[in-house]
Amino acid sequence: MARKSHVQTTINGETVEFLCESRQSLLEVLRDELYLTGAKEGCNNGNCGACSVILDGRLVNSCLVLGVETEGRSVETIEGLAEPDKLHPIQDAFLENAALQCGICTPGFIMSAKALLDSNPNPTEHEIRYWLAGNLCRCTGYDKIVKAVMDAAQETSA
Amino acid sequence: MQDFSYVSAQTVSEAVSLLDENGEKARILAGGTDLIVQVREARRDVGLMIDVKSIPEVNVLDYDDDAGLTLGAAVECYKIYAVDAICNAYPGLIDATKIIGGTAIQGRAGVGGNLCNASPAADCIPPLIVLGATCVIAGPNGERELPVEHFCTGPGQTALEKGEMLVSLKIPAPASNSSSFYLRFIPRNEMDIAVVGAGASVTLDAAKQTIVSARIALAAVAPTPLFAEEASELLAGREVSDAAIDEAAQAAQAIARPISDMRGTAEQRTHLVGVLTRRALNGAIQRI
Ligand SMILES: Cc1cc2nc3c(=O)[nH]c(=O)nc-3n(C[C@H](O)[C@H](O)[C@H](O)COP(=O)(O)OP(=O)(O)OC[C@H]3O[C@@H](n4cnc5c(N)ncnc54)[C@H](O)[C@@H]3O)c2cc1C
Ligand code: FES
Ligand code: FES
Repeated sequence: MARKSHVQTTINGETVEFLCESRQSLLEVLRDELYLTGAKEGCNNGNCGACSVILDGRLVNSCLVLGVETEGRSVETIEGLAEPDKLHPIQDAFLENAALQCGICTPGFIMSAKALLDSNPNPTEHEIRYWLAGNLCRCTGYDKIVKAVMDAAQETSA
Repeated sequence: MQDFSYVSAQTVSEAVSLLDENGEKARILAGGTDLIVQVREARRDVGLMIDVKSIPEVNVLDYDDDAGLTLGAAVECYKIYAVDAICNAYPGLIDATKIIGGTAIQGRAGVGGNLCNASPAADCIPPLIVLGATCVIAGPNGERELPVEHFCTGPGQTALEKGEMLVSLKIPAPASNSSSFYLRFIPRNEMDIAVVGAGASVTLDAAKQTIVSARIALAAVAPTPLFAEEASELLAGREVSDAAIDEAAQAAQAIARPISDMRGTAEQRTHLVGVLTRRALNGAIQRI
């Protein structure tokens, strides 16, 4: 069996320790070791964005990060967004706008939208569409997703 | 995915020794947006990944109006286009850093990785060539420098010898009255690989009438990105005119050796070289 490394990292604000093989992606670590199954595996090669998480404040595809690379770093996933009794405004906006159908792309879109609004609280529609270009959705046709992000921007920057 | 070891190297000499000891099976890990995909798809046999992102020299991002840019080999795209002075000095390179993948890819992918992956279609390589970039390479026998246009030797093949790694890229400060431009043809608006790419840099005289010098480089029309040397040279001393730009575009077409594949036919690619070279030259001139 392949040797495992001990990794300590911060996930959604909490210090987490895990053992993983070098070849395990951050996505695999999140899902298979830590049972945080919000981030999804779509393509496993960087094209679909279903695995999007925020690493040290920056949006990344967790399928293209090794688990061992996250030593000492900070990861935000969809599980960290809502408060116990309240959804995050982006989550609310997705529900209000019916911006999801099967939902497999949704955690990725929401993390991507969060990274956008963290860095640019008032994006134009054009900026939203470009920012989200790395997130694919097979169901909605994107318009409702873009509308949801615009609404969430208004809500959070108001 | 194949099993491999992982080391986060702390110094250039540590990374170089590891590369030298482990030979072919050791690979440098920068952003991993090429490497991790290649290993997962079993297109590359890797026993050791040497993460260089903790090494200070490969994280340098230092611009000075006189000295130019030192760009560490692992600096991610998003950090580069966040610096206004770099955007103003090298707009052609910025064009490329902004079209590699989408936001999440640009959070990890770097110019150094794009170069070392040595894809014929790599978007950053034509701008590096037209900006006169130099590779700073470290190896078991010390450091050496190499102009970017000599770095790629075939698809996925580079001039790096056993034990060598790219430390940084040096780009000279832009001359006055100069600018640069890069564009590619893709069937989509984003998230695609170039069918053809073209980069140009142009320096005009003070009156902005005459071309003092120009450089043109192409992607995806040969086994490596190409420096279109003759096309570049025939512009020197010419008045800015459609005729001069057409001539350069034709000379660029003459060196293209494209293949036909699922992205486009050789004929379409040759046609695109003409169109994109004209647009890149005009784009650079308009930015001056
Ligand atoms: C979804 C997606 C979209 C993409 N879109 C584009 C695109 O539009 N245009 C484009 O050109 N590319 C694209 N790419 C390819 C890739 O993102 C780029 O080539 C990127 O710049 C690679 O940088 P990296 O830091 O991730 O490199 P890595 O994957 O870390 O490394 C790439 C290669 O270079 C070697 N290497 C890296 N650094 C060094 C060094 N310092 N010394 C020696 N060897 C080194 C590695 O061993 C590896 O073989 C895309 C990839 C994905 C997954
Ligand atoms: S699963 Fe990571 S981008 Fe598709
Ligand atoms: S809702 Fe089904 S893929 Fe987006």
